[in-house]
Amino acid sequence: MNSAINIQGSIRRRLLLTLLGGALVLAIILFLVFRSLSTQLAEESQDNILRASATAILDSASVNQGELDLDLPYSAFSMLSNVTNDSVYYAVHANGEFLTGYDDLPIDTAPAQPAPWFLTTQYRGDAIRLVSMSRVLSIGDNPVRLIVAVAQTQGGQSEVMARVLRIAALVGAGVFLLVVILAILSARTAISPLTRLAASVERRGPKELRPVAAPVPVEMAPLVTSLNSFMERLNTSLTRTEEFIADAAHRLRTPLAIVRTRAEATLLRVDKEENRAALKDMIRAIDESSRAAGQMLDHAMVTLRTDDLERTEFDLSQLIDDMVERMSPMAELRDISIETVLPEKLALSGDPVLFQSALRNILDNALKFSPVEGTITVEAISENGYAEVQIRDNGKGFPEGDVERLKGRYTRGDNAAGIVGSGLGLTIATDVAQAHGGSLAFPVREGEGACVVFSVPLS
Amino acid sequence: MRFLLVEDNQDLASATVDRLTMDGHVVDHASTLRAAEDFKATTDYDLIFLDIMLPDGDGRSFLSTHRLADDPTPVIVTTARSEVSDRVGILDLGADDYVTKPFDFSELEARCRAVLRRRGGAARNVKMLGDIEFDPLSGTLRLGEKQIKLRNRELRLFEVFANAPDQIFPKSKLLDRLFSYGDEVSENAIEVYVGRLRRHLQGSSVEIQTVRGVGYMLSVR
Repeated sequence: MNSAINIQGSIRRRLLLTLLGGALVLAIILFLVFRSLSTQLAEESQDNILRASATAILDSASVNQGELDLDLPYSAFSMLSNVTNDSVYYAVHANGEFLTGYDDLPIDTAPAQPAPWFLTTQYRGDAIRLVSMSRVLSIGDNPVRLIVAVAQTQGGQSEVMARVLRIAALVGAGVFLLVVILAILSARTAISPLTRLAASVERRGPKELRPVAAPVPVEMAPLVTSLNSFMERLNTSLTRTEEFIADAAHRLRTPLAIVRTRAEATLLRVDKEENRAALKDMIRAIDESSRAAGQMLDHAMVTLRTDDLERTEFDLSQLIDDMVERMSPMAELRDISIETVLPEKLALSGDPVLFQSALRNILDNALKFSPVEGTITVEAISENGYAEVQIRDNGKGFPEGDVERLKGRYTRGDNAAGIVGSGLGLTIATDVAQAHGGSLAFPVREGEGACVVFSVPLS
Repeated sequence: MRFLLVEDNQDLASATVDRLTMDGHVVDHASTLRAAEDFKATTDYDLIFLDIMLPDGDGRSFLSTHRLADDPTPVIVTTARSEVSDRVGILDLGADDYVTKPFDFSELEARCRAVLRRRGGAARNVKMLGDIEFDPLSGTLRLGEKQIKLRNRELRLFEVFANAPDQIFPKSKLLDRLFSYGDEVSENAIEVYVGRLRRHLQGSSVEIQTVRGVGYMLSVR
């Protein structure tokens, strides 16, 4: 059934991709924010220590008997070095004159600045962070501007950063993974009403065209509404077709009945032989057309019902009994007697309307081709897992070589001339047998009349 | 016999009434369900022929009320529909039988006979002809102690004669009564059945005479 569907894209995949793309962007942003924040924090703490160290050096400077006295405090360096084994550099200048430390270390040369001056640069092959601060002392009447620079390599810093980055990446990946799981779950939940609807439509029987009554989410309401209206239209059109066929039959058959009845009554009144012959031709033609119409409608009905076979349990013996009773007035007209050999009960699963149509057609054939005052036997047996109905007569049998051909549509035996028929009867019977997994057979019985065997599996 | 024909098509109804009257039956015609109810209330019928599609309702509803009222009059539905399941439904609703339009009157007659027989048909259908008692329903001839069961074609042939004693029937018309229009039969076939009837009637006051060159007629001595 889905052979002709043009499948393009998948709602689940699209939903997943959207959710996962969002999750990826989110994770990357999270990672970047985390990294920049921690970088900033690490830098700030280093800067604080550097400033404290520079402040300690500046504070240690004093004026003793008109001389500048600078005693570098140990604590100023220990606070820098006790965390990592980074190298520490320093330099002290007074009034632009190098006093101690590393003379090539950059210093803040700008005139009196209250705020510390920070710098990140390369020094002796390493990345360093440097702070430079100044203080003005008075020696006698002369102001002396003391400038201190303290720097530390950033090895420890980058080690911390690497660790922080690892954690940030882990957090990002964890968030991403969590969102993936949530996305899969929510995609499934979002799709599930669709899946349920599809399953419930799939489960329906061939003739079940009721609207979908199960609750559906609001987004699916338009789909279900149009599905329901489509099924309603289909149902209406099916019903209309059935009514049309019935109506067409009615409109065709009623005038035919008028003509036939008039012709029959006239036939009883007129004496002239050529008028009588014409009237009989008329009646024969009417019978031919009404029978053909009936069988074509029957055949259409059988095709429809075999396409979507609806099985019910029924008793084949009872069905044959009813059918034989129904056909016996026709048999009586030709003084043919119908004998039945039936088991008490023969339970079968299938479409009884189809069985009726098939067996009626076979029996109808037998009635037409059997000799007057003959006997037709209808025997049903259940054997080897098969239900078998044999319809035998004591007529002249099927013409040789005709047997298999008779199952075809509109084919008639060579002996059928002068007998009203459309050639669809055995086609209908064959179709019904095959739809139930069975077959129609014509066993040849030397000099014993025709026999038709209709057999279907019991289950 | 007395029939009620419920049929809305005037042409078909008048043709049917005409045809049934030729066989010696009395037929009342109702075009609507209402008219049918009125006829049914005032007259006893041997059988009702009921069309399904009628201007003032569905023949099936008539059928259900008819059965609910415990009316024993048998009903044969005349339907123009031919869907099998539709026909089955008609029987389930309590129709005794159905015929599909256009119907063969010999088939209709055979079905009427079968239905009436099944229902234990009325005794008033028994007919006296000279010293012979004829029951067209069961197809028996009674002559004193002797009882003869007629075959269907013998019965139909005898019925034609019995309905119109002293009327001459040409062979060709008798053939039309006995054989279907598709059957290729020679006029001599009728002689076989006339011969059989004569054998059955031996010793009675009823005889079938040959009118040379014209046909046959039944006469009572």
